[in-house]
Amino acid sequence: MNEHVLSMHDLSAEDVTRILDTAESFREVGTRVIKKVPALRGRTVVNFFLENSTRTRISFELAAKRLSADVINFSASGSSVAKGESLKDTALTLQAMGADAIVIRHSSSGSPLQLTKWVDAHVLNAGDGTHEHPTQALLDLYTMREKLHRLEGLRVAIVGDVLHSRVARSLSFGLVQMGADVTLVGPPTLIPPDAPAWGVHVSYDIDGVLPKLDVCYMLRVQKERQRLEYFPSVREYARFFGLTRARVGLMPDEALIMHPGPMNRGVEIDSDVADLPSSVIEEQVTNGIAIRMALLYLLLGATKEEAS
Amino acid sequence: MNGTVMEAEDVRRALTRIAHEILERDKGVADVVLVGIADRGDDLARRLSAEIDRIEGAELPVGVLDITFYRDDIGMRAEAPEVHETRIPFDVSGKTVVLVDDVLFTGRTIRSAMDALIDLGRPRKIQLAVLVDRGHRELPIRADFVGKNVPTNRADDVRVLIAEVDGQDGVVVEGARR
Repeated sequence: MNEHVLSMHDLSAEDVTRILDTAESFREVGTRVIKKVPALRGRTVVNFFLENSTRTRISFELAAKRLSADVINFSASGSSVAKGESLKDTALTLQAMGADAIVIRHSSSGSPLQLTKWVDAHVLNAGDGTHEHPTQALLDLYTMREKLHRLEGLRVAIVGDVLHSRVARSLSFGLVQMGADVTLVGPPTLIPPDAPAWGVHVSYDIDGVLPKLDVCYMLRVQKERQRLEYFPSVREYARFFGLTRARVGLMPDEALIMHPGPMNRGVEIDSDVADLPSSVIEEQVTNGIAIRMALLYLLLGATKEEAS
Repeated sequence: MNGTVMEAEDVRRALTRIAHEILERDKGVADVVLVGIADRGDDLARRLSAEIDRIEGAELPVGVLDITFYRDDIGMRAEAPEVHETRIPFDVSGKTVVLVDDVLFTGRTIRSAMDALIDLGRPRKIQLAVLVDRGHRELPIRADFVGKNVPTNRADDVRVLIAEVDGQDGVVVEGARR
């Protein structure tokens, strides 16, 4: 394992398997009456979130607390960042307060890597710009492996705004690394031009892809990142790429429906589709805590000296 | 001491005796459960359960406990200690829990196991059964049921072989010239 979790590219297939196996034990801890173990007593984890987030922040917070670590939540509004402090000075302050791990979310791609150059703490990327979101990819891989008992050879479509999606990038890299067969689906304007170099297929026709799938992974339409020229209207997008009941009918019965959340019901996924038994969106959230516990445990459970 | 200290037959007899001792001490099998410490302790716990079933005609519930998250040396090694499965498909509250492990050495594993167990419920009693007690305790812990006391050097390597994992039963002491 590396000292930090920045990108799925840093993780070998062996690393991924180890993380998923470790997460399995933490899933069991999550089913106990006392959902807490003393593994990281006395360690400090800082949630350093400079972009809005609910589920990822809460998931990391719960993960650290269930490992008995102390958690500090730090967000941009109402902090020194709002007063104009630089990222570097804020990071050094966190370091001086004895953070053992810093979980960072930032709107600029590459900021977690930059952070590793300033601090000694382990850095975990909780989403950086349109770059990567490795912990989301790992919890998705865990959910697929748990439900379908393998990753190798799985046929997965990632549907929607791939261009702006750090989730799509991390998940594609992870799936390809584990030997899955990935197809990116969306309007041509929202498929990155370099996508074929990721080792994935590209399609602009969701109905042609659905019959040959094990997993249909829907991405959120990121309204905050859309400019008018990407597609004419949300309604048109929903019509061409939204996962409707009729489209679910094209999928094999045992295929999974996944979504990283938060969902726009009625846009990329119909409301009743999100609540089907084959939709594992809530399991993804539960598994996220176990994956983040596994990562914190594997990083902070080793000595710092040998790791670097 | 070097080489084999228990053959397969010795292991079998020791487990039979421990099974009898558990029945005698706990006056039967009511509210007694076996919890093996991963790995190898769980295999021994299943053996004990089968043995008790043979003697008493009653099967004891068996669970497996991983103590990794309760270790006192997390963060002191190059790699985080490997995690195993915990599967205790019954409530331990109010039960007499017999912890089962292969080797009793410093006692630190047992300390961790007791903490882990108490987080899962409130057992009425916790007892300890081990196949080998090799001495060198670092904590005030002793076993209730012992297969064999084996005097060792601190640096010796004591290995318990279990047919389910290693293909044969036995206990081997290696290393540490004296």
